[in-house]
Amino acid sequence: MKNMEDIKSKIAKRKIFNNIFAIIGLLSTMVGLALLVTLFIDLAIDGTPRLSYKFFTSFPSRFPDEAGILSAWVGTCLVMLVTASAAIPIGIGAGIYLEEYARKNWFTSIIEININNLAGVPSIIYGLLALGLFVYFFNFGESILTAGLALALLILPMIIMAVREAIRAIPNSIREASYALGSTKWQTVRNHIIPYSTGGILTGIIIGLSRAIGETAPIITVGALTFIAFLPPSPVSGEFPFINFKWLLAPFTVMPIQMFSWVSRPQQGFHLNAAAAGMILLVMTLAMNAIAIYLRYKFRKKVKW
Amino acid sequence: MGTENKIEEKLKSEVKNLNFYYGNVHALKDVNMPIALNKVTALIGPSGCGKTTFLRCFNRMHDLYPNNRYEGEITLYPENVNIISSAIDPIEVRMRISMVFQKPNPFPKSIYENVAYGLRVRGVTKKNILDEKVEAALKGAALWEEVKDRLSGSAFDMSGGQQQRLCIARALATDPEILLFDEPTSALDPIATSKIEELVIELKKKVTILIVTHNMQQAARISDWTGFMMLGELIEFDKTDKIFTAPSEKLTEDYITGRFG
Repeated sequence: MKNMEDIKSKIAKRKIFNNIFAIIGLLSTMVGLALLVTLFIDLAIDGTPRLSYKFFTSFPSRFPDEAGILSAWVGTCLVMLVTASAAIPIGIGAGIYLEEYARKNWFTSIIEININNLAGVPSIIYGLLALGLFVYFFNFGESILTAGLALALLILPMIIMAVREAIRAIPNSIREASYALGSTKWQTVRNHIIPYSTGGILTGIIIGLSRAIGETAPIITVGALTFIAFLPPSPVSGEFPFINFKWLLAPFTVMPIQMFSWVSRPQQGFHLNAAAAGMILLVMTLAMNAIAIYLRYKFRKKVKW
Repeated sequence: MGTENKIEEKLKSEVKNLNFYYGNVHALKDVNMPIALNKVTALIGPSGCGKTTFLRCFNRMHDLYPNNRYEGEITLYPENVNIISSAIDPIEVRMRISMVFQKPNPFPKSIYENVAYGLRVRGVTKKNILDEKVEAALKGAALWEEVKDRLSGSAFDMSGGQQQRLCIARALATDPEILLFDEPTSALDPIATSKIEELVIELKKKVTILIVTHNMQQAARISDWTGFMMLGELIEFDKTDKIFTAPSEKLTEDYITGRFG
């Protein structure tokens, strides 16, 4: 019986440590969450009164009450469109190549290390790269195309890593089953690797895009305007050939830059505008993350191992 | 080493001086073995003896990974072609020789699509041909009655034993000449195991079978010929009855009487 009591007291002691760790963990979680909620509430208090239909359909103005985010949100959408069209195919292609096709040798190891390091390069460096490459070398100008490609470069390593992670989660037994039935590499990739990793790939893409949507530094570097009172030419029109690409070379602004420009004005009214725009940007980002979580849930449910 | 050709039956394949290397590791050493047509040939031996390595030579699975090397011959009859020669495309070999793996590995697709996959890979798109072949394969794997009403259901909603029979049906759908089994029942319960064993005996009427097993009783129950391997060498090869009642090698006797392993 003596022995039993001894064991019990030891268990109780160990349980104390267990509980202490649980409390520390909970507190750490709350710090992050509380900060985000505080930030959002703060923005909402300042910004909510400015939210109206007019705010979305007005160009910037000298008068805070008349200023809106039309050029900014249109610019953000178009830049994101360019970023997505460049980063998604290249990212998926590179990820599949590195996981399924590339032989493991010193060359691919160097590529791997480089991609991992590129993900950690400060975004302003990508801005400088884009300035030199797209603005001056390719002469794309300070345009939507340049900004979109700069952001695409920025998130490419993230997407490649997400794609590789998703592909690596597919058990090797599935690959072997496919090859054993006489599949070529492409048939295996097309019929198994891509469908089974879609959830993870989509998640990576959306997380990459939500990072890009909030980036300011590289966009400033490539020369986004802070005050722009017209929209780029519409990508679709009523006349033949219905689609045009002139908008790609148009000057632009984006949400974070509009915010930055308003915050740096002395008038209180512009600060409220910035808060409202910040709220919208935050909602856009959270919505994208929500879509990522939903897609992951949906695809994981369909594919289980 | 008891590997001379004692077979007087018709052969489907013959292994001659097969050596296999994983990089610098010499995993199979001078293996010689006949594979009788429409018979079950079993491979037994302790873990790590090379039986799975040997089996995977037959459908060139080793080609999927770098630094693997074959030497020698695996001749496939009646064409008399060496299937491990680098001049032969592994895909061509896998079209003729199917494999069932140790753990059931159905694709996360429907039951129908799992069975039809090998045919789709070969470019079969006609619905009626696919339907017909899928049904025949599922019947061949003794699974048709259990799944005929839920062919579009997920393969993952089946029990482990059903999944393994689905993998057999998938391998059968393309009418292979040889069917390789890599310890197909090691992840299954006794009832599911006995179903697979009955199936193997039934299947040998149509297809030549090569099976690796950890379970000596299983080899004794279902095979016609048995090879005993150890440390990458084929120690003894003979009729199953002979191996289990009067083995000529001391090592074989020690292994099957449970003195090691």
